[in-house]
Amino acid sequence: MSYITKSPWVIHYDGSSCNGCDIEVLACLMPMYDVERFGVINTGNPKHADVFLVTGSINEQNKNVVKQIYEQMPEPKVVVAIGICACNGGIFKECYNILGGVDTVIPVDAYVPGCAARPEAIIDAVVAGLGILEQKRAAMLEAPKAAPAVEEPAAEEAEEAEEAAAEAEEAPVEEAAEEAAEEGKEEA
Amino acid sequence: MVKVIICVIAYLVLAPFVGGILAGLDRKISARMQGRVGPPILQPFYDVLKLTEKENITVNRVQDFYVMCFFIFVLVTGGLFFAGENLLLVMFTLTLASVFLIIAAFSSNSPYSEVGAERELLQMLAYEPMVLITCVGFYMFTGSFQVGQIMLSTQMPLPYLIGLFIGFVFILTIKFRKSPFDLSMSHHAHQELVAGLKTEFSGKTLALVEAAHWYENVFLLGMVFLFFVNGQWWGYVIGAVVCLGTYFLEILIDNSFARMKWQVAINSAWIVALVLGTVNLFMLLFI
Repeated sequence: MSYITKSPWVIHYDGSSCNGCDIEVLACLMPMYDVERFGVINTGNPKHADVFLVTGSINEQNKNVVKQIYEQMPEPKVVVAIGICACNGGIFKECYNILGGVDTVIPVDAYVPGCAARPEAIIDAVVAGLGILEQKRAAMLEAPKAAPAVEEPAAEEAEEAEEAAAEAEEAPVEEAAEEAAEEGKEEA
Repeated sequence: MVKVIICVIAYLVLAPFVGGILAGLDRKISARMQGRVGPPILQPFYDVLKLTEKENITVNRVQDFYVMCFFIFVLVTGGLFFAGENLLLVMFTLTLASVFLIIAAFSSNSPYSEVGAERELLQMLAYEPMVLITCVGFYMFTGSFQVGQIMLSTQMPLPYLIGLFIGFVFILTIKFRKSPFDLSMSHHAHQELVAGLKTEFSGKTLALVEAAHWYENVFLLGMVFLFFVNGQWWGYVIGAVVCLGTYFLEILIDNSFARMKWQVAINSAWIVALVLGTVNLFMLLFI
């Protein structure tokens, strides 16, 4: 067994959330639920994080921020969309400035519906994410040096990621790969 | 000679375990102080082993080199100390190690790690006088800078060096990166600029920084232990107990203070060094 499941460090980003889900995320870290029992630490730094918790929907303003945080996280990593807004836009879905759920910009591994999401459900989702993290770690060992390609198959294995996720995922992954290639050229 | 080699190897092998378990106890006790259950004692080991499993992302190639130098020189510091070498050499090696860490942080050009590096420099400015005065105090008391000679002392240095002891414990708060003075990199995300000095370190590099921190902590507790040696077994027992007591005190301080401004860190550390340190040295002159 790899140690990745024993110390999942999370980073929390508030998209355009009403703060309801954010408070529930922080409640998980408080004495009542105390997720540090399982080694979960809230890091403020994407480069140290394994699990990316996003609350709130994606809009034109935060699209690039979410992408950038995701790209800065080292592999293996999982994304958990918390709250119905992060899953598909929620009540803001029809707004002119809202693009939709988190899966419109980055691949999501676990969805937590609810308004606001319950702390128990958030912890469950992170635990489900740990299974995916383990799979991604195994995939990483099998396919060395082909980092961007690893994300896709592993993400599809997520049980929760049935709905619109599959279509939406491919575009950002391709984009990420293109960007990575460009960066590679620049370095060369 | 054989004894020296055994001491050094014992330090190199055992220090990460002792340091890691101390870090685990730290997190457990901190959690209990905050009314939480807290992680398992072995959590710091899980964290570091996990970091070694992560993808390697570095901003530039020299960064890893500098962090590796930091790690090696921390090991050299502890190795020299437990080999009974010159106390001044030990302290200057530790300074060199810190300088490598600072250069590693500066090399990334990230604004957050640069702020962290600048604060680390300020911290060094704050604690270095007290560290040097402590070394001088040991020299004036035992007549030697050699740790091996100090260990042979038949009188417990503490009653004569009590001011230096209090001053050294004061700057340990800075060296252990505990709360009022954890300016450059904190264990707690909630009071940090991204992650301070270690913002740009990830994966194996961060694991090295953590492991070096464990080695450093064990060495610093060794310095505390040095105040209690008197050639008797009960001196060693008191020393070991006080080491643990000091560590607990630092955890308590960590949990009861918020971070303070760097001015407070420098001013208080220098006032402590000036008052407790120099007064104690003058007293030693006249004893």
